[in-house]
Amino acid sequence: MQIGIFTVGDVTTDPTTGQAPTEHERIKATVAIAKKAEEIGLDVFATGEHHNPPFIASNPTATLAYIGAQTDNIILSTATTLITTTDPVLIAEDYAKLQHLTDGRVDLMMGRGNTGPVYPWFGKDIRQGINLAIENYALLRRLWSETNVDWEGRFRTPLQGYTSTPRPLDGVAPFVWHGSIRSPEIAEQAAYYGDGFFHNHIFWPASHTEQMVRLYRERFEHYGHGPADTAIVGLGGQFFMRKNSQDAVNEFRPYFDNAPVYGHGPSLEDFTEGTPLTVGSPQQVLERTLSFRDYVGHYQRQLFLVDHAGLPLKTVLEQLDLLGEILPELRKGFAEGRPAHVPDAPTHASLVEQRKVPA
Amino acid sequence: MKRVVVITAGLSVPSSTRLLADLLGDAVERAIEARGSEVGVEIVELRPLAHALADHLLTGFPTGELARVIEQVHRADALVVVTPVFAASYSGLFKNFFDVLEDGVLDGTPVLVAATAGTARHSLVLDHALRPLFSYLRAVVVPTGVFAATDDFGSTDGTLQKRVERAAGELAALVAGSGGTTSPAAAPRPVTEERFAAVTPFDQLLREAGGDSVR
Repeated sequence: MQIGIFTVGDVTTDPTTGQAPTEHERIKATVAIAKKAEEIGLDVFATGEHHNPPFIASNPTATLAYIGAQTDNIILSTATTLITTTDPVLIAEDYAKLQHLTDGRVDLMMGRGNTGPVYPWFGKDIRQGINLAIENYALLRRLWSETNVDWEGRFRTPLQGYTSTPRPLDGVAPFVWHGSIRSPEIAEQAAYYGDGFFHNHIFWPASHTEQMVRLYRERFEHYGHGPADTAIVGLGGQFFMRKNSQDAVNEFRPYFDNAPVYGHGPSLEDFTEGTPLTVGSPQQVLERTLSFRDYVGHYQRQLFLVDHAGLPLKTVLEQLDLLGEILPELRKGFAEGRPAHVPDAPTHASLVEQRKVPA
Repeated sequence: MKRVVVITAGLSVPSSTRLLADLLGDAVERAIEARGSEVGVEIVELRPLAHALADHLLTGFPTGELARVIEQVHRADALVVVTPVFAASYSGLFKNFFDVLEDGVLDGTPVLVAATAGTARHSLVLDHALRPLFSYLRAVVVPTGVFAATDDFGSTDGTLQKRVERAAGELAALVAGSGGTTSPAAAPRPVTEERFAAVTPFDQLLREAGGDSVR
């Protein structure tokens, strides 16, 4: 079981002080958070990709390479890579390079992106979001697995005899997850290729997550990648904890009430009831997180959002310390009752190993 | 059993919008029964759902009673919708409810549109505001809309009741022709479940991505 954090890189005013970090401060904070994640023993750090204010999450490969140079073990991932508006040729090159620089500590999560104007800024049409995700990803796979690629498609200029360099490390492409909140087509895509499926999970009721994951698992089996319960599932999560649960509620409430996504809407109490958000003691976070299995089954990757809505760096690092304290219990809990045939999430090492063994 | 949901966006208690909704609900019930069908009419007040509707706008998902009402609307064989006129159109609360319905929820659903206002000067709201809204939602709007000004509730000439009966008759005719649902087992699934049950196979997605589809 991989446990980690993901960030969207928002620059948000701290509602308790009225101060927003500068872009520079936010970028440096992101690096500090990633290093802290490694220090407390997390498995994954993932960054989103945005091309508009108030985010600093453009150019994810530079960020991940910089973090990779200052860490040893943590897997560097994306959440998500915009497969719709980013040229798959550049994705192929950039992430293969990142694999080499970080000795294979890289995987990717594909997403479509829901910011309308980003599409035309990059010469695309949001109404073609699904088709772009399908065509671009099909090309990306070929660029990683084949040399001298001849290709012609609908959304980019044709390729003749194109070889993407560098080639993927050890001839093994980074493992890919596909992220979607509510598009069955993307669950279908992940299942077709036997790739991972990630459900963001955090802003929606569990029933949505359950439905998407069930579809992915069923179709994974349908396409012959193995039994449904061996499909590779990742979930988002969101918490705020303090030793005393009422302290957590009091401290987090102003951030919740003003948060960019759900702020000024439902009460903290309603939202924690309706979504996976948990605000309380470490024990409560532990129990809630372990309960996600009740509706998605045993899964492979749990990422938490810890640094949004204007929370200051100091607070985020404290949250990670608290997460570090419950991490052994969390790992023990996830291992409990997990059937032996349920696989871990693929890593570079496991994919290299798998390639050696003829199927 | 035909299911009819009456949506009323009246705000005061008592509300003339609710009064008109009740008149229409009763008339529709009688008209459908007269055609030999069983019918269940449910009246839904939007006022108690106002907070949940605002939350839905901000979070993207319905909670509690609102989720149940949306489900009822999706399963309905017909709708009666009644709004007060605010600033020359339907009220914001009324529109909010239809704004949060998922695509396709009202496809082909017979709808009777009705509105109330202080004076008859607002009566074209039915044709200038409500009818286009429900056309956009791909519902089937009956020819007669029912507008009631305050005066109508004090008049004894029966013209309001006549319009109510005519509109209800038109709705009942559409419901009778629609086949409708006959048992709970035959009820349609929630819209999202339908999308999941009918997933497009990936080879088709792949083929169509390169063609001329828009997806």
